[in-house]
This record gives sequence, structure tokens and C-alpha cells, in this order.
Amino acid sequence: MELAIQVLVILAQIAAVLGVVLTHVAYLTYAERKILSDMQDRLGPMEVGPHGLLQPLADGLKLFFKEDIIPAGANKIIFSAAPILVLVPALIGFAVIPFGRDSLQLGAIEITPYITDINIGLLYILAFSSIGAYGILLGGWASNSKYALLGGLRSAAQVISYELPLGLALVGPVLLAGSLSLKTMTEAQGGGFWHWYVVSQPVAFVIYMICAIAETNRLPFDMPEAESELVAGFFTEYSGMRFSFFFLAEYANMILVSCVAVVAFLGGWQAPLPVLDFIPPVVWFLAKVYFLLFFYIWLRATVPRLRFDQLMAFGWKIMLPIALVNVLFTSIAKYIFS
Amino acid sequence: MVAQLLFFYFGGMAVAGAVVAIFNANLVYSALALLMTFIHIAGIYILLNAEFIAAVQIIVYAGAILVTYVFVLMLFNPEQEKRYFHKQYKIGGFLGAALLFLMLFAGFKTEILSQAGPMTAESIQEIGHTRAIGMALFTDFIFPFEIASLILLVAMFGAIVLAGRGKIRKRGPGGRVDLSSRNVTKEAS
Repeated sequence: MELAIQVLVILAQIAAVLGVVLTHVAYLTYAERKILSDMQDRLGPMEVGPHGLLQPLADGLKLFFKEDIIPAGANKIIFSAAPILVLVPALIGFAVIPFGRDSLQLGAIEITPYITDINIGLLYILAFSSIGAYGILLGGWASNSKYALLGGLRSAAQVISYELPLGLALVGPVLLAGSLSLKTMTEAQGGGFWHWYVVSQPVAFVIYMICAIAETNRLPFDMPEAESELVAGFFTEYSGMRFSFFFLAEYANMILVSCVAVVAFLGGWQAPLPVLDFIPPVVWFLAKVYFLLFFYIWLRATVPRLRFDQLMAFGWKIMLPIALVNVLFTSIAKYIFS
Repeated sequence: MVAQLLFFYFGGMAVAGAVVAIFNANLVYSALALLMTFIHIAGIYILLNAEFIAAVQIIVYAGAILVTYVFVLMLFNPEQEKRYFHKQYKIGGFLGAALLFLMLFAGFKTEILSQAGPMTAESIQEIGHTRAIGMALFTDFIFPFEIASLILLVAMFGAIVLAGRGKIRKRGPGGRVDLSSRNVTKEAS
């Protein structure tokens, strides 16, 4: 009986986190369109609901009823599996993100503000995000289209190149916190914003943010789906629900890398000043994530796309050496000061 | 009981994936089967309480090495050759059998003869697996660890030299040639 309740609680937690994440994904597309249109001095979606608030719902319904086309020359099995291979790794990472501080006590049941706290949390996220590259690569290959194939290949090159500095940038906070668990990392940054790792690790934070944008294939690093040269990149041939899976995965990944940045560098749910502790931790966490997401969209409206060789050269010749030097200095500083 | 069942699942799937990877004529399917093997081996590591190695297994093998393989497969799109017996299959078979024998021999030998190390499952649980592996690598096994990284470095240099060969010859000795590539031009001419 107790076991059944435990399993039920875990399932409810997973459902709640997935529900919140997917709602955020839906409204992130709305936020992106609204912010972009505001920056470009136009209105954006206005028709469906007040100020277009129901637009994501309408989009979802529309995609759901679209015909699902599989191109004649496509490899059917891999073509159908690829969107799932992209979406699942993007969603599964949220299992280790600590959203708040306090657990909820309901009688004997304790509801934690995270699904699980494994002691290799950060590596877990990195491992699954590297699996996501297969979906893009295979989706591009299975479509049997030159645009899709080129998009997939570019994505593979980009993800391999930027995963290295991304991981190395995260080594800094890991060294300072002495743990790979995201919960421990957040707790280590308590007591005011000057304890956040963005203060002691500014170089790592900048590297992480740049690499995170490259990892999620967002502008200015959206080579895999550069519209002006590749139509829509690796999902050119996809339609209906399968197309929306790629779309969902992209926005879920945006939220995931923002969450990781908040936990690793911006103190997670910690308040910036000890005086502000009366505001619930979840609010702080969400505020920081929203700020980073806004930053993403802001960047999209501001910066033009890079050329592919510039992107690769930037990743290998600038980001990687800086990240390595940062790890070296952090280790020495940690050794001296502790 | 559950752990045993999980072990047989992970082990069986890993072996099945490896078999498919070898016998499938379609190279992309082979690579995907290999991906399945890597992920299930990571599962076995988790059963052994080695979660750090499990994550690194996926990041390095599935996330870096195999992606590069798939990348190359798609870039060159090789013809799907029919299965055939290579001319040197006798030598290959002999070497394979010898290696298998050695591995089995070593495996059974260590189980009977060697003593257990200072690490127990409890002690690893106490200090954490990541810390335990770091301590072991950078104290007791620092020499083999450095040797391994040196071998990888040599392989990396080799790859760069091989890849840069054609370019350097075209540019000739008058261009911007550093020390390592000068040897290559000499060798090539």
C-alpha cells in the first residue's frame, strides 16, 4: 500500500513537471512572437483570444489535425522515430532540476520540489542532451532530401563542437560546489548574490551562455535550420505532429539550458539579498529563468546569423581554449583558498 | 531479484545490439544498434553503483564517438556492400579466438587469485562514486592514466598530420609551415 502511494506520488510529480514544462513551451512560442513583434514595432498575434493569448492552443490544434506526410524515398522507421528521439531527451532532463527549496508535507508523504536528486545530476543532463543530436542527424538523413541532410550534418558538427566548451564551462561551478548534484550546487550559493557563481565564474558563465545557444540551435547559431539557405534544415520534410515534436523539443531545450544556467551560475532558487527571503524560492527560480529566456529572444531580434566556418572556428579556436584555461585557474584558486 | 532481472535485460540487449551491429548490412542501422549497446552498458554500470562511469559512457561513447561515426557515414554515404569473407579471415579468426581466450583466462584468474582492493561497495557509497574514482585515478593509477592520455595525444597528432598532408604539399615550403609539418613535406617529397 505504501509502495503504491509512493509510486503514485512520483507519477503525479512527473505529470506535474511535464505539464508545467509543456505549458511553458507553448507560451514561450507566444512570448517569442510577441517580444519579437514588439521589438520590430508591430503587433504580433492578436486575433485568437485577448491579445492573441490563445494562439499557442490554436497552433497546437492546427498541427494536430494536419496531414502526416512521409516522403516517398524516406526511411520510414527512422523517419518516424527521429522526432521522439529529439523530444524525449529534451524533456527527461527536467527530472533533476530543483525548482524550489521547501518540500511539501502531506501527512506521511513528502513532496519534493524536484523529481529526483541524483548525485551526478549535471552529467545526467549532459548525457541526455548528447543523445538528442541523434534525432536531428537521423531525421535529416531519413528524409532523403538534400536540405534535410545538410541541416542534419551541420547540426552534428555544431553539437559535437559546442558540447566540449559547454561541459568545460560547467566544470567551474562543479569545482566550486564540490558536487555534481544540482540541489547541492544551489545550496552552496546561498546568502546573497555575491555568493552566486556568476560572480566568481564570469568567464564560464559567458562561455556557457554562448554554447547553450549553439547547442539549442538558436539564432545567431541556427545553422542547422538556416532558412535562407536550407529551407528549414533537418525538418524540411516533416509535417503535422512530427514537425511539432521538433518544435517542442527546441523550446523545451531552451528552457532546460536556462534552468541549468540558473542553477549553476545564478544561485537557483536563492534570493539575491538575504532580506528578500520572504518571497517564495520558486518565484526567484522562475524569474531568473524568464530573464534568461527573454535574453535568448532579445538576442534573436538583435544578432544576424554567423557563417558556418566562422561558427566552427569560433567554437574550437576561441571557446575551447578559454574554457580550458578557466578550468585550470579555477582549480588552482580552489586549491589555494581551501 | 529485480537487480538480476535488470542485469539480464541490460546484458542481453547489449549483446544483441553488438550482434546486430556486426551482421547488419545497412551501416546506419549498425551504428544505431551500437548506440543501443552503449546505452545498455551504461545501464549495467548503474546496476554496479557506478553512476559516474555510466554518465561518462553515454557522453563519450554515444555522444561523441558514435555521433562522429554517424556523421562520417552520412557525409560519404558509402555503398551498402554485401557481406563477404575478407581474404584475411583466417588470421582474423585466429587473433579473435586468441584474444577471447586471453580475456576469459584473465577474467577467471583474477576472480580466483587476486585479493579484493581497499574499496568496498559500502566505502564507495559513503564517499560518493565520483570522488572515489577521482581519488583512485589521480593517486594510485596516475601513471597508467597519464600513459593513456599520452597515447591519445599521439593518435590525435597522427590524425592531424594525415589530414593536413595534401594541403601542406600544395602550399610548398615557402608558405607558413611550422616544425611538425616540415617533417611531413620532407617525407612526402
